[in-house]
Amino acid sequence: MLPLKEKDKAIVGKLLASGCCARCVLRFCCIGVPDAYRHGRRETLRQLRAFAEENHDCQNVGQLEPARKRSRLESEEAADEDEGVCVVCLGVLQHLSDASQAVQIADAVKKEKYEVDTLVLSISLPAQVCVRERSCWLPPCHFDQRSPRLARAKCGALGRRDVVQVKEAFKWIVQGPLARELGAVAVAAKSPLEVSVCFAHPETDADCHFLASTCPDCFKVSKNKQSAFTRMAVAKALEKIPDDKFLERSPRPPSRPSSGCAPPEVRCVHASVLAAFGARGFNFSSSGREDVDVRTLGNGRPFALELLNPRKSQLSPESMKNVQQVINASSEKVRVRDLQMVGRDAASRMKEGEEEKTKSYRALVWTQKSIREDDVAFVNRIEDLRVDQKTPLRVLHRRALAVRQRLVHSMSADLLDEHHFRLGLRTQAGTYIKEFVHGDFGRTKPNLCQLLDTHADILELDVESVDVDWPPALPD
Amino acid sequence: MDDDEEHKDGGAAAPSVIDRYYTRWYRADMKGKPCEDHCILQHSNRICVITLAETHPLLEKGRTISNIDYQISNGCSRLNNKVSGKSKRGGQFLTEFAPLCRITCTDETQFTIYSCIRGRLLEVNENILERPALLQEKPSTDGYIAVILPKFEESKSITENLLSRDDFEKLVAGRDAAQAMGVTQQS
Repeated sequence: MLPLKEKDKAIVGKLLASGCCARCVLRFCCIGVPDAYRHGRRETLRQLRAFAEENHDCQNVGQLEPARKRSRLESEEAADEDEGVCVVCLGVLQHLSDASQAVQIADAVKKEKYEVDTLVLSISLPAQVCVRERSCWLPPCHFDQRSPRLARAKCGALGRRDVVQVKEAFKWIVQGPLARELGAVAVAAKSPLEVSVCFAHPETDADCHFLASTCPDCFKVSKNKQSAFTRMAVAKALEKIPDDKFLERSPRPPSRPSSGCAPPEVRCVHASVLAAFGARGFNFSSSGREDVDVRTLGNGRPFALELLNPRKSQLSPESMKNVQQVINASSEKVRVRDLQMVGRDAASRMKEGEEEKTKSYRALVWTQKSIREDDVAFVNRIEDLRVDQKTPLRVLHRRALAVRQRLVHSMSADLLDEHHFRLGLRTQAGTYIKEFVHGDFGRTKPNLCQLLDTHADILELDVESVDVDWPPALPD
Repeated sequence: MDDDEEHKDGGAAAPSVIDRYYTRWYRADMKGKPCEDHCILQHSNRICVITLAETHPLLEKGRTISNIDYQISNGCSRLNNKVSGKSKRGGQFLTEFAPLCRITCTDETQFTIYSCIRGRLLEVNENILERPALLQEKPSTDGYIAVILPKFEESKSITENLLSRDDFEKLVAGRDAAQAMGVTQQS
């Protein structure tokens, strides 16, 4: 039986009539018992309806308003059917917390091949859930301005601080099935592996928009954000806005959405290094960077992590090796080597290397005219070619306009057919290879088009190695 | 990966650098002068390169360029344009009909090339001063006229007054048909 009290009865009826799902009703009744949320949705709904009916029977019939009678009738008719999409959680505590969803989250985690025995679940909800929730717990009460007396009596039961959070209820429901699905992995409160489940519901994003006119200072548009209506901003605005203003601008009960949230996006972040040092965060810096369509092969790229506020400042070489193994075992997409502690000076050396080091590339080049062995021999003979590069148009929007001198140390061409060859290059770091090949409107001089006296273009590019002897290699 | 079909035959069908990263926009009959068409290449990062359209009279066979002058008035030369820093401070601000340069041919005809869009002048092509022939040999790449950075908030609206490639090709086809008609009527 549900752990509901007599005083909850009126609220349960009202919330059900306004379109809350069974589990949201439990949340609003401040039921803090996880097990209460783990029963089947339909069963819980049936129990709640029965509970609310009892309530009606106890009340003086003369006090019942016509509207309520109607909703009661409807609820009787709909008793056997499924409830619609919840006006508050937008389906998160309905079909989206079913066992099949736990399987999908588990699959997303399994795919990454983590070797861990715990994980922590983090849930991200659409910001409008806060707005919708407020609309439901607002005191002058339950969508029923005509019976303020009843409303005030109910406020006691609805201390908003005690309302169970959607996230919390979702975790209670999902963590059991998720852990079972993953076998030996436990869902914990703290773990280096963070599995974040992000829900979005574009249909109702506009719910928040009225807040911008009441609290313009909370919504600063920033270049990096997709929308100014972040959860933080919406929560802040909701704290500021007085109840009467809120009531004027926001529908009560909240509008019924036509569909629930889409299946969530699941992301996994494993914080081995952070966990080993007990750090609060990190800054990542690397020795240079590439375009999105360029792979870095070979021994990889030197990088450094600056750990913020670490709880430990030293780790034994064995422990470091351990951390490296954990990282390498955690995913097939990332590999690190020679992981070690370095000082500030070493990190700045890495940055200097960005300008001074040499880099080796491999490119696939197309030429308009057919090329012959003597063209290849000509390219292979070129040594320490000085190139004047104007800031490529491709990056001119974010870099200052300048002419930079760079050295192409050597090149080697490998003919594939008349119009294609593989070009190996060793160049000074900071040389823009794509522009060296196609010439960038003649802004890189000389370029391969000029050297071969034809129209040339670059089809593929990979970094073969970043030739900087940093960090020091470690014994295996 | 190795057998990129489009590039296999070395033919012209392969998408060029311009096809891959730029959108072509056109200004036909600039300032009411017939066929003085300009082509504006807009990079996905909003930077624009001003070039001559293939149909510009300067590219007609038999014309030779004798002089290119970026000094557009006594007080103003586009060659003096300097921009500094990431934010490109100090560049001359151009409006749609701001002249970029005047080009004179050996047959004494003179053409003015215009900005076509509002924005900050980043650079003009000095290579064509040394080799005017570049303008005719590679009008849409090495023979470009200038590079302009539109204002961030205007990067979409600047192209509203321009023709898309399709529209421009239709216009040129119509122009050719009209010319053919004219020729037959005269004869």
